[in-house]
Amino acid sequence: MLAKDFLTIGIFALFGIAFIVITLIASWAVRPHRPSDAKLSTYECGEIPIGPAWTQFRVGYYIYAIIFLIFDVEAIFLYPWAAQLLGFKNNHAMMVMGFVDMVIFVAVLSVGLAWAWKKGVLEWK
Amino acid sequence: MDQLIQLAIELVKIVVIAVVVLVFMMVAVLYMVLKLRWVIARIQSRLGPNRTGPWGVLQTVADALKLLQKEDIIPCGADKWLFTIAPALVFIPAYLVYVVIPFGRGMAPSQLAMTHSLGEIGKLPGLSIGVMYLSAISSIGVIGIVVAGWASNNKWSLLGAFRGASQLIAYEVPIILAMVVPVLVSGSMDLSAIVDKQAGGFWHWNLFQLQAGPALPIAFLMLIIAGLAEINVTPFDIMEAESELVAGFNTEYSGMKFALFFLAEFAAAFTLAAIITTLFLGGYNPPLAFLGGQLSGLAFSAVSLFWFLAKCWVLVIFIMWVRSTLPRVRVDQLMNLAWKALIPVGLVNLLLAGAYVTFWMAK
Repeated sequence: MLAKDFLTIGIFALFGIAFIVITLIASWAVRPHRPSDAKLSTYECGEIPIGPAWTQFRVGYYIYAIIFLIFDVEAIFLYPWAAQLLGFKNNHAMMVMGFVDMVIFVAVLSVGLAWAWKKGVLEWK
Repeated sequence: MDQLIQLAIELVKIVVIAVVVLVFMMVAVLYMVLKLRWVIARIQSRLGPNRTGPWGVLQTVADALKLLQKEDIIPCGADKWLFTIAPALVFIPAYLVYVVIPFGRGMAPSQLAMTHSLGEIGKLPGLSIGVMYLSAISSIGVIGIVVAGWASNNKWSLLGAFRGASQLIAYEVPIILAMVVPVLVSGSMDLSAIVDKQAGGFWHWNLFQLQAGPALPIAFLMLIIAGLAEINVTPFDIMEAESELVAGFNTEYSGMKFALFFLAEFAAAFTLAAIITTLFLGGYNPPLAFLGGQLSGLAFSAVSLFWFLAKCWVLVIFIMWVRSTLPRVRVDQLMNLAWKALIPVGLVNLLLAGAYVTFWMAK
C-alpha cells in the first residue's frame, strides 16, 4: 500500500516538473528577448548597485536555525508517538509509560529552549 | 504482457489524476486572486477589477496571459541555474501537498490512484503518514525561497530570503505542535481516518471536542495564527514587506517564474484552509446529519466534496479578511510571537492533550 502511495507521489512530482518545464518553454517561445545593460542590473532603488549582494550576513539567523533543528527533529519522534498512544488503550500501564516518556522528552526540549532564552539568543537585535 | 498493460493503465490513471489536481489548483488560484482583489477593494471602499469580462471575472486570466508573454530577465551576476530552479522548488512542494488532502470521502488523490472501481470509492485508507507528509513536504518550500534570494544577487532579495527563512522555520514548530493534537486524539496520522472520526453533526468536529480538555481548541487557534505566518499573508508578510524590502525574495523575478511563485503562494493559502478544515472542522462531513449524512456510497462522496470545498472557501475568505484588516508586525515581534509565545504554549498544550488522552479518554 505504502509503496504504491509513494509511486503516486513520485508521479505527481514528475508531473509537476514537466508542468514547469512546459510553461517555461511556452513562455520562452512567445516572449520578447531584448536585454540591455540597464535592464540586467539588479534593482537597488534606481541607483547603480554597489558591490555584490553575496556578502556576510547576521549570525542571528544561524542561531535560530540551530534551535529550529532541535524542534524539527523532535517532530519525527512526536508524530509516531501521537499516532500510537491511543493504540495502547487496553494496556493502561503501557499508556502511562508512553505519556511519562513524552513528558521527559518535552522537559529536555524545554530546558534547551529555556537556556537559549536565558542566554538572550531569542532577542532580535 | 497483461501485467504490462495493467501497469500502463495504472500509470495513465495516476497522470490523469495529477492533471485534474493541477487544473483544480490553477482554477482555484485564479479565482482566489480575483476574489482577494474584490474583497480588499470592498474593505477599502473601492471597486476592484470590474472591466475585463463580465464583472471583471477574466481579470486574473488576462494577468496570467500577460505574465506568460513577459520578458524573462536574469540579472547580471545572478546564479543562472539556481535562479531558474528556485520557482520549481517552491511550486512543486505546494503542488505535492495536494496528494493527501481528502477532498471528499475516498477522494484524496492518493486514494483515487488506488481505486479500481466506483464501488471502491471511500473504502480505501489514505496515506498512512498523511499528517507527517504534509508538514514534511510543505517545509521544502523554504529552501526554494532561500535559493531564490541568494541566486538573485540583489540585496533586497537576500534580506527577504533570510527573513523568510527565519520566519518560516520559526512558525513550522507551532504548526507541528498544533497538528499533533488531532493526531493524538484520533490515534492515526491518516487524514481520512481523522475526518471519519469527526462524522456526525458539527459538535463532533475536533474544534468543539472537549475529550482532550481545552487542548483541541487551543491547537486550532495556534494552527490558524502560525498558518497565517507560514503562508506569508499580510500581518506576517515580513519577507516581502513592500515598504521595507521592495518585494523581498522575488524582487528580480519577472514573467513566468514570478507567476510560479505567485501560484505557489496562493496554492499554499488554499492548502492551509484545507488542513484546518480536515483536522478541526470535520473535513468533508456535513455540519448537520440531514444535509447529506444519511446518504451512502457515491452520493455521499459527491456531497462530501461539496462540503469540503464550502468549508475551505469560508476559511479562504477569512484569511483574506484578516489580510486586508491587520497591519504588518515588526520582525522582532514576529520572532517573539513564535519562539516566546506559540512554542511554549504548544509544548504545554501537547502534554495537556497527552494527559487527557492517557487518563481520561482511555477510561
